[in-house]
Amino acid sequence: MSGKRTTEFIIVGGGIVGGAVAYGLARAGRRVTLLDEGDVALRAARGNFGNVWVQGKGGNSPDYADLTRDAANGWQAFSDRLEAETGVPLHFRRPGAFYICFTREELRKRAELMQKIEDSATVRGSFEAIDRREFARRIPEIGPSVAGATFSPDDGTANPLHLLRALIAGMTKFGGRYLAHHKATGVTRNGDGFRVATAQGPFDCGCVVLAAGLGNATVGRDIGLTAPVRPVRGQILVTEKVRPFLQYGTNFIRQTVEGGCVFGESSEEVGNDESTTLPVLRETARKAIKAFPMLANARIVRSWGALRIMTPDGVPVYRSSRMPAPAFLLSVHSGVTLAPFHAGRMVEDILSGSLDDGRYAAFSPERFDVQAA
Amino acid sequence: MFRRLEQAGGRKVALSLDGTAIEAFEGENLAAALIGAGFGPFRTTPVSGSPRAPYCMMGVCFECLAEIDGVPNRQTCLETVRSGMTIRRQSGPADIGGL
Repeated sequence: MSGKRTTEFIIVGGGIVGGAVAYGLARAGRRVTLLDEGDVALRAARGNFGNVWVQGKGGNSPDYADLTRDAANGWQAFSDRLEAETGVPLHFRRPGAFYICFTREELRKRAELMQKIEDSATVRGSFEAIDRREFARRIPEIGPSVAGATFSPDDGTANPLHLLRALIAGMTKFGGRYLAHHKATGVTRNGDGFRVATAQGPFDCGCVVLAAGLGNATVGRDIGLTAPVRPVRGQILVTEKVRPFLQYGTNFIRQTVEGGCVFGESSEEVGNDESTTLPVLRETARKAIKAFPMLANARIVRSWGALRIMTPDGVPVYRSSRMPAPAFLLSVHSGVTLAPFHAGRMVEDILSGSLDDGRYAAFSPERFDVQAA
Repeated sequence: MFRRLEQAGGRKVALSLDGTAIEAFEGENLAAALIGAGFGPFRTTPVSGSPRAPYCMMGVCFECLAEIDGVPNRQTCLETVRSGMTIRRQSGPADIGGL
């Protein structure tokens, strides 16, 4: 058998999550093959909004709040290094972000949630709840029906398409192999390692990492490594490029470095349907105009739908097994925010052979099990 | 540089191009008419300020943008010539008002 079909690590899934792990492993000097689908893949990485988002995350899980904060704090160094290695600009900025509230009640509840997370997280963050007047002082363009916002300096934005390109380029630069049109259809034990089946034939490896997005629900079934993930659709619009007015992030409007304004805030449970619908696009645009009225003058140039990879509680699922060799599964919906973690500390832990130590307890899928009385 | 292959069928109408009157055939492709009038570059980009001119001529590349009748970022390759149009070169990013 050709050596090309046997390698040390196989990563299943060439999105931002799989790309980050593959990049980190290749950078650590390991032999890596990344198996990706083609353009037909349900690919969250290509529909992503591009926020590096901290505020409000982890309300139900202090461990997730800490994980997110650590990752966001590591983003600048991660971005500097990846840009230097690949020459791909990631457009990372971290001026902080506003969560825009349209009623005082919404602002009060939001501030309560933020305070609760602040009290339970061990990695420090900060936020302010600001009223309309203070918000207008910072961003004069906000509309008259905005009641206020929470602001956190911990949030940032990045270009998700450039990030994906950089991760694959970085992995390749460090000797990793990227194979498009190699959709993994299953994983089985094979001696002391694994065999990954694809339409182009099998690939063998000593260690497998499953980062197949929605595919993680099934692809590792034969080795007992799956995650309860479901698709949650988001619909996004982008405007023509206009003069920069919004350097900050917000929860549903972001102006790119080039000047296009991206809007997206919908969540729908519609199975694997990636299409857009007029009512949702209309409501999204309406809300954006409510926040920044002059956006009514900007023309929309594109819209698209994409599927988030959602776990039952919105918190990542990380798990490993040793059946018969180390195997890992990563299921998250915040691949951009968590990229520094996936390419860094997660890779170190993968190289240690398992995620069994206490730091991963909160991310085990066992949390979904019905407890025996 | 460009030579017209056949005469458009329409009548000749007047347009304003950066304040100067030019003539074009009514109903012909606006980007083609502007090229024919020697207009270029059409605009400069929002990020680097580099000059741009029509490239794909079919609505995909967004390189042929200009301000038409006061509205910025219009794709001239998707417009047809009408009498009295006012075309302006666009420098850098578009203003959308309130800025």
